[in-house]
Amino acid sequence: MNTLSKIVIPVFAVFVIFYGFKKKVSIYDAFLEGVKEGLAISFNIFPSIIAMVFAINIFLDSNFVYDVLGFFKPVLELINIPIEIMPMALLRPISGTATLAIMNDIFINFGPDSYAGRLASVLQGCTDTTIYVLALYFSSIGIKKTRYSLPVGLFADLVGITVAFLITMLFF
Amino acid sequence: MVSYIWFFLIVIGIVFSLLTGRLDIINDSILTNGSKALDLMMSILPIIVLWTGIMKIAEESGLLRKFARLVEPLLSKLFPSVPKDNPALGYIASNIAANMMGLGSAATPFGLKAMSELQKINEKKDTASVAMITFLVLNTAGVTIVPTTVLALRIAHGSANPSEIILPGVIATFCSSIGGLLLDYYIRKRSRK
Repeated sequence: MNTLSKIVIPVFAVFVIFYGFKKKVSIYDAFLEGVKEGLAISFNIFPSIIAMVFAINIFLDSNFVYDVLGFFKPVLELINIPIEIMPMALLRPISGTATLAIMNDIFINFGPDSYAGRLASVLQGCTDTTIYVLALYFSSIGIKKTRYSLPVGLFADLVGITVAFLITMLFF
Repeated sequence: MVSYIWFFLIVIGIVFSLLTGRLDIINDSILTNGSKALDLMMSILPIIVLWTGIMKIAEESGLLRKFARLVEPLLSKLFPSVPKDNPALGYIASNIAANMMGLGSAATPFGLKAMSELQKINEKKDTASVAMITFLVLNTAGVTIVPTTVLALRIAHGSANPSEIILPGVIATFCSSIGGLLLDYYIRKRSRK
């Protein structure tokens, strides 16, 4: 599987270039044109990356998540949910990098094949970082009114995270 | 909405650390934040730039349109407001396919291009269109067949069977896509009345 996902990009790239060459597109000029567009896109998203990294790091470093959730530990243990997993479930829609760090921590402390480790793996893979993606995508084209996109995105995350908990219980 | 989240993250973070005496840590956090953002930017910029370059070739050779035709029946049902031969559908298709293969960072350039194509046919330029919202639901809740980073980290920590989490993951993402699309469809229906 890992090899498969490693082979996709090179094969795809060579296929695209080969196809363009065959169709007699001036591939080098097309590539340069695309790079120019990519640079413009990157400069458009840079401000929102600075803003989001700033806010998320302050929030995580304040330890708010751990201190407040420690309170619910007895209840969570009753329904077979390790406390370590909760910050992950809550932060999954906000920061993929943060949850990756938490998953790494769980793997070190309990191992990847523990119940917490498997649950963390399924959670990490089950949804994208909704809030980050919304901020990034909307700000890249200057959208200010995002309407009902966040509630719908978070609802999908909630479904995914709930199913991840249930399915891990069933599978393992 | 993004403003509110940003506001609450910062205010909760700073007020909570004032109350719990973690001021030193927060002070460091604020001062080192800029370079973290720059690191992140520098790690995604080369990939964005290379992939928009490659995808421009796919666009000019007609490959992208060909691929869009393949998934058009499904996508045009999900995006009734987008004309059938609009390049946005091709970018949306590529974005979803890249996400499925766990190529998150390779999917982003497709997604950003899809958004700018959707913006061209958007009537109110500062307001999200219906098609944009459906696309973002598909994107953030999309089915992941190969969760690359998870597998890599499981292997690094010596898991006996790293890929055992793939099937539960596919089921979970499938449910979240369906759930998101249903709610999106329901809101669209209701707002039209």
